Amino acid sequence: MKDLAQRVMKGDPRAIARMITLAENASPEARECMKVLHSRSGNAHVIGITGVMGAGKSTLISELAREYRKRGKRVGIIAIDPTSPFSGGALLGDRIRMMELATDPDIFIRSMGTRGMLGGLTGAVYDVVEILDASGKDIVIVETVGVGQAEVDVIKIADTTLVVLVPGLGDSIQSIKAGIMEIADVYAVNKADRPGFERTMAEIESLVELIADRGEERTPIIPVIAKEGKGIPELADTIDAHRKKMEGTKEFTLHRRRRYEAELVEIIRKRLMKMIFDEDVFRDRVEDLIDMIMRKKKDPYSAADEILSQVLK
Amino acid sequence: MERKIRVLVAKPGLDGHDRGAKVVARALRDAGMEVIYTGLHQTAEMVVQTAIQEDVDVIGLSLLSGAHMTLFTDIAELLKERGMGDVLVVGGGIIPEEDVPRLKESGIKGIFGPGTSMDEIITFIKENVKG
Ligand SMILES: Nc1nc2c(ncn2[C@@H]2O[C@H](COP(=O)(O)OP(=O)(O)O)[C@@H](O)[C@H]2O)c(=O)[nH]1
Ligand SMILES: [Mg+2]
Repeated sequence: MKDLAQRVMKGDPRAIARMITLAENASPEARECMKVLHSRSGNAHVIGITGVMGAGKSTLISELAREYRKRGKRVGIIAIDPTSPFSGGALLGDRIRMMELATDPDIFIRSMGTRGMLGGLTGAVYDVVEILDASGKDIVIVETVGVGQAEVDVIKIADTTLVVLVPGLGDSIQSIKAGIMEIADVYAVNKADRPGFERTMAEIESLVELIADRGEERTPIIPVIAKEGKGIPELADTIDAHRKKMEGTKEFTLHRRRRYEAELVEIIRKRLMKMIFDEDVFRDRVEDLIDMIMRKKKDPYSAADEILSQVLK
Repeated sequence: MERKIRVLVAKPGLDGHDRGAKVVARALRDAGMEVIYTGLHQTAEMVVQTAIQEDVDVIGLSLLSGAHMTLFTDIAELLKERGMGDVLVVGGGIIPEEDVPRLKESGIKGIFGPGTSMDEIITFIKENVKG
């Protein structure tokens, strides 16, 4: 197993791929490897990309990756799509927009389903970011599903969060209200070739202005046409500038701390849930307690107390 | 946690529509699999690199034109060369009966003609994926 971690650190694509699978399946071997990989991670610039479905995130990531390759950087991409709550299956289609990158040995793309996690970021994303980071990727890009909580979660994992907006969908103001404004380090207004672009730009500019009036720094807004690769070098420059500005600051350290805090919470949560709901002894007890709750013999709070006191014993 | 079957659905070659491949992709998702869908015009190299990065258990290839022989066998060859010989490869499309034995020999384990039911394909995958 240590051997797998070594191969990951040498950048071997098959080892990276296998390692990610182990992490996704929360296998015990993955834990051992992650212990090794952790010491080698923390160098990559992690970029989170969020925005509604159809905004052009995947197209934009493809272009950004090509730009970073031109600049001599190795790139890892994690593309997340929702897992169907009914079947547990998922249709992962982001690669359609990234096929030109498929044969570049210095690009590694992985598609992931959310797999029953609430919110859009699957728990294993922390591991996958760390794996790609430790494998020597300079840039790790995470594309989220673009619904609700996911967009807010992405900030914890990313050094730089890019919010992609588009004209027309009427989503720009809406999503900003939903708390996106707080998480954006950079805005990309995509589909600048489409009608309504000027209006969307103006809307966002005035919102950014409003926040700047409160004394906070102005979030950069970059117009792009992802489909034609226009505005991409400027976008890459802006993203890099954000990281440079952050580096070495107290804020950056705090941000990284919060990222590990979120990961720690996630690991503990996952293990506790697994313990309570997967292990037979507990599982049976849980069923009994649910019976009692049904029959009003017990209330959910007392039942939870009982389970937790057993777990913590 | 139960291990999920990961499938790459690809449409190699030059012919132009992917309706069939999409139907298959959706059906496999509804059967609980994680389906990586890559769209049209894949080269053998693209298919194999994608399969490696995505660590898939299965590759489903869809083809309409007569180019299945070279493309399918190229992909099977490349997979073996890169140490991915364990991946289950299945193919669908209009494939003449006389080509089937040679395709199977080259490593395409399941060949499904136009009339095949989705259930048949799903069952075949579930039974043949190496656990
Ligand atoms: N007009 C226009 N369409 C674009 C642009 N960028 C992406 N698209 C299209 O928007 C659609 C959704 O793109 P995709 O990258 O899959 O969006 P995602 O769901 O956010 O990942 C696709 O049909 C793209 O071709 C652009 O700059 N202009
Ligand atoms: Mg996408």
